[in-house]
Amino acid sequence: MTGRLLVAAAAAAIAVAPLVASTYHVLLMLPFMAYAVVLLGLNLLFGYAGLVSFGHALFIGIGAYTGAFLTSHCKIRSLEVILIAAAALGALVAAPVGALCVRYVKIYFGMLTLAFGMVFHTFVLKFYRLTGGDEGTPFLRPSLLGRSLEAMPKIDYLVGPYYYYSLAVLVLATLCMWRIVHSPFGLCLKTIRDNPAKAETLGIGVTRYRFHAFVISAVYAAVGGALLGPPIGNVDPTLAYWTHSGNIVFMTLLGGFTSFFGPVVGAFVFIYLQHWVMSVVPYWRLIFGAILAAIVIFAPGGLLGLLTPRRAAVRL
Amino acid sequence: MILVAEGLRKLYGEFCALDGVSLGVAAGEFVSIIGPNGAGKSTLINILTGLTPPSAGTVRFKEREIHGLGPVRLARLGMARSFQLVHIFPDLTVLETLQAAVVARLGRGTRLFASLARDRDVQREALEVAELFRLSDKLGALARHLPQGDKKLLDVASAFALRPEIILLDEPTSGVSTADKTAVMETLVGASRRIGLQAIIQVEHDMDIVFAYSDRIIALHQGKVLADGAPSSIQADQRVIDTVIGRRGRAR
Repeated sequence: MTGRLLVAAAAAAIAVAPLVASTYHVLLMLPFMAYAVVLLGLNLLFGYAGLVSFGHALFIGIGAYTGAFLTSHCKIRSLEVILIAAAALGALVAAPVGALCVRYVKIYFGMLTLAFGMVFHTFVLKFYRLTGGDEGTPFLRPSLLGRSLEAMPKIDYLVGPYYYYSLAVLVLATLCMWRIVHSPFGLCLKTIRDNPAKAETLGIGVTRYRFHAFVISAVYAAVGGALLGPPIGNVDPTLAYWTHSGNIVFMTLLGGFTSFFGPVVGAFVFIYLQHWVMSVVPYWRLIFGAILAAIVIFAPGGLLGLLTPRRAAVRL
Repeated sequence: MILVAEGLRKLYGEFCALDGVSLGVAAGEFVSIIGPNGAGKSTLINILTGLTPPSAGTVRFKEREIHGLGPVRLARLGMARSFQLVHIFPDLTVLETLQAAVVARLGRGTRLFASLARDRDVQREALEVAELFRLSDKLGALARHLPQGDKKLLDVASAFALRPEIILLDEPTSGVSTADKTAVMETLVGASRRIGLQAIIQVEHDMDIVFAYSDRIIALHQGKVLADGAPSSIQADQRVIDTVIGRRGRAR
């Protein structure tokens, strides 16, 4: 009950933020909401299926580039169409990549996903005519629910309609993921995370479930990637770079992969902490490295794991 | 015969773990496999359950060759097993563990948006199995927090939750205190009657348990069948006494 109240309070705080918070802070909420969508999906793979992907920037990149390509080259501005196309393309690419990767576990799975991520990064870097190479491709302002909103100043657009659109997508993504992890499918994933050999003797097809989890997580990453585009305005290969994959794994660990909302909290803390540290010292990666080490050593369940130490021991 | 093995041979390098083992298990039988350490008992169970491929020979379950089927399809065909070392889902509760087995049996694992908590069939069956195995008062406990005996029970209970036709148990009372062994076996036999299990094959070292519950005993020695028969004939077999049972009636 307390948990539900906290979630409701957090949702209400996010909803009223544009009315009470500064534009700077409201703008920071946009990447937070986009990453929260990505991480809900990533954690289906990480926290529920026990597979750590170091290549999910690939799917963020697919989502972001889909939006950039559609708005810049196809004159398609509808964000609904962009999100559906991003999700579909994410699933399409995840199918063959996942089919291969989920046959492996632990470091081999991680390295394979990393390899595919690097292949995609090179692709977007080198196929200049399609992606704009290192300069990237503009992500033109998308229309929301059929409304063009071109005349609106960019900041007003982002902290107004786009903010609430992102929030609606996040809420929808959260509700869907909540149902997934509390479904029979979610339970089967947890058995595979805990003991795949035992799961198989119960008739649970390990590879098949891992594959489904991989594709779902890729769809979430692609949708989140598409949401990241409009605030940035230009999609470039750094979105698909492997360090970006590392960042989202960091966010998941920071908030805690053992709880449903842990990664969402991780995204929030990461983004605000990053901007704050960057404003204070130029060596933000040094500070974040120390934080990551401290979390792994002292709080393997992340920030929310400190509050709900249900699975204190980390075994992946 | 529900399960038939013919000419099973298993080589690990030059070591021959099983050498020409043949057996058949009929519906209604409780078969115990006994033998000293290294006799090939666990290897035999692993081959019979499709976990390990034999170097030679065949295994047929319900008239079907099991080679290449794998544990998932065998479970769906009606074969369940438990392991010598406890196999549990450490971070799942007792109820979740049993629910998982029922979900798998009912083929509902691909239901992405269905509510597990509202699935009455899954709830009912999971609670029934928990009651059969006296785990009803521990439904919310994480498996890793259970005492060793309850972990073993949960492992076996999850196999029973599949409502299999045959179950293969690798030392179901290992790690259980001597005082609790009979209770575990009584629970197991009682549960097998309730779910209509057709056959049980167990590997067991405790000869009191073996002779008290088995319809038939197969004694293995150095990868070969030393004797195969009713408990009375096995008890009187001098070769089995010398190599497996020992004078004091214990294998260890």
